[in-house]
Amino acid sequence: MSRPALLVGLTLAVVACGGGENPPAGQPSSTPTPAAGSALTGAGATFPDPIYKRWFLEYNRKTGVQINYQSIGSGGGIKQFTEGTVDFGATDGPMKEDQLAAVQGNVLHIPTVMGAVVLTYNLAAAGPTQLKLDGPTIADIFLGKITKWNDRRLVAANPGVSLPNQDIIVVHRSDGSGTSYIFTDYLSKISPEWKTKVGNANSVNWPAGLGGKGNEGVTQQVKQSDGAIGYVELIYAISNQLSYAQVKNSTGAFIVPSLASVTAAAASATFAPDTDFRVSITDAPGADAYPISSFTWLLVKPDMADEAKGKSLKGFLDWMVTDEAQQMAAELHYAPLPAPVVALVKERINALKAAGKPIA
Amino acid sequence: MTEGLESTEVVSPVARLQGAATGDRIFRTLLTIAALAIPTLLGFLVYELWSGSRPAIAKFGTDFLTTSTWDPVADQFGALPLIFGTLLSSLIALVIAVPLSIGVAIFLTEFAPGPLRRPIGFIVELLAAIPSVVYGLWGIFFLIPLLRSSLFPFLRDTLGFLPLFQGTIYGNSMLAAGIILAIMIMPYIMSVTREVLASVPGSQREAALALGATRWEAAWTAVVPYARSGIVGAIILGLGRALGETMAVTMLIGNRHEIVASLFAPGYTMAAAIANEFTEASTDMHFAALAYVALVLFGVTVVVNALARLLIWKVSKGRASGGAGL
Repeated sequence: MSRPALLVGLTLAVVACGGGENPPAGQPSSTPTPAAGSALTGAGATFPDPIYKRWFLEYNRKTGVQINYQSIGSGGGIKQFTEGTVDFGATDGPMKEDQLAAVQGNVLHIPTVMGAVVLTYNLAAAGPTQLKLDGPTIADIFLGKITKWNDRRLVAANPGVSLPNQDIIVVHRSDGSGTSYIFTDYLSKISPEWKTKVGNANSVNWPAGLGGKGNEGVTQQVKQSDGAIGYVELIYAISNQLSYAQVKNSTGAFIVPSLASVTAAAASATFAPDTDFRVSITDAPGADAYPISSFTWLLVKPDMADEAKGKSLKGFLDWMVTDEAQQMAAELHYAPLPAPVVALVKERINALKAAGKPIA
Repeated sequence: MTEGLESTEVVSPVARLQGAATGDRIFRTLLTIAALAIPTLLGFLVYELWSGSRPAIAKFGTDFLTTSTWDPVADQFGALPLIFGTLLSSLIALVIAVPLSIGVAIFLTEFAPGPLRRPIGFIVELLAAIPSVVYGLWGIFFLIPLLRSSLFPFLRDTLGFLPLFQGTIYGNSMLAAGIILAIMIMPYIMSVTREVLASVPGSQREAALALGATRWEAAWTAVVPYARSGIVGAIILGLGRALGETMAVTMLIGNRHEIVASLFAPGYTMAAAIANEFTEASTDMHFAALAYVALVLFGVTVVVNALARLLIWKVSKGRASGGAGL
């Protein structure tokens, strides 16, 4: 009885030792750059991954500070941040109240860039004209209540476009995603029925349609089916030259989704001076604001235990809100933060502490 | 010869035997460790799934297996459409793949001219080495458009009186997933069946032919029944792969939590749901529900395998060959 158990134990011990020897060889220890401060690890949202990778690389070149980022998804980012296995998290949807409670409110949301969700469609009969959609219509399409392209509400919003008597094929994301979070956040604001029946989350119980995996999965199904409509990230739609719709904002204007109209959405949102930045900017009030826009956030601790790490992180955040870094975001089709938000973020960064002391 | 004997004189025979015994003991220990590693691993796996899914088991109990709502916002989860989708897509795959791959195997062992056997067998086996994401991409860009424009409308026009072939044709559907699974499991069933058929003694064929059977009759009445339990084993291997396949299925099945009679409608499988939702599961109950799904998938696999073993045992009862793996 005990002999096999012992053998297994020994095997595991051997394996464990073998595993333990590897990391020091493959990976530099946690303090590789003595002068510049400690290396940082972060994990979370996939949507801003390209710009984060770019920023971390550029910042490493400038200062020698190494920041490792794993794009494991917003849910995973919040989880790892809560468990303290990473120095900072990243998420596309702000932490909820119970998640805040799990870290005793010991978290700061720092907005980094903005994204937007666009409605992409494939309707040969409509020709090259960009379709116009308003919020309640979008909600009813995704609720499965509007099922034909020649529905009178669609016709009314699109004068001069010949909309066919054709079924609407609804396509949504099947994987949990920040894109779905932003989209359902918007629909919940616009449609009371959506709010009670479906709600707002990274993945929801979709009342209609097909699920595609990732932006590319949705795009494929929309591109291949005449009569399909789906939603993808703005960046993805721009770089893949998809046809997407104008959306009516809160002032009644139809807005073409673009970096400028997304930044306008953030600029028109009002922030309390003591805001925690967990602010939704969907359906923002500005006249030229694109209504399905959102921040993406880094999650940091207001007071980091490790002084060197705190210093590194603050250094990076200071640099991230400079024009130079925000301009890089625009190059990668992320909407940069508007000036008032940058000013507020700078205030928060300056209040960061490490080991109980303000960071010099 | 004598020189050789002289050179071994230095080591006494007793010492040599003792050395061998030590070697044997080390060898046996190593093998025991290897053999025990698998059950241990399995134990850890089940324990981890069970402990991860405990909140969901406590909240939903067996209702989880019989209800269909999957609402991460309201923390309400039921896995019936996933279980249904997993079983149905695998069933479609078997219905298509089994006759096809057994046919190929019989052809290769009994009928194919010598020079053709190796290349065809090699090509079919090559299919097994293709990663599933490649099948998924191929399915998206080639198979789906093809099915939507040809096979699906044909089925709807000819067999549309059956509920199975009614409704809107989206392309991404239960049937598309079943077809891609069929293509993926074919090489497994085919190569194992071919090996089994090839190992049937030549005397079986000769006896049948000597009695005046045609080649077809010889293959069907003498060779295939002899290899029956091996063929069932091959099918189980394919089924196991179909039940657990994730990537290609999620790319083609349409990912909808719903049970619909039509094969043209989108569906969902357990493995696909886990792959889709695990990374972004935001609440603890959502995590637990996905772990519960994993546990159920594990259970379904065990049950299906057990049933199949039972089938082999029944098929080969009274025979000396096969079925010993129970």
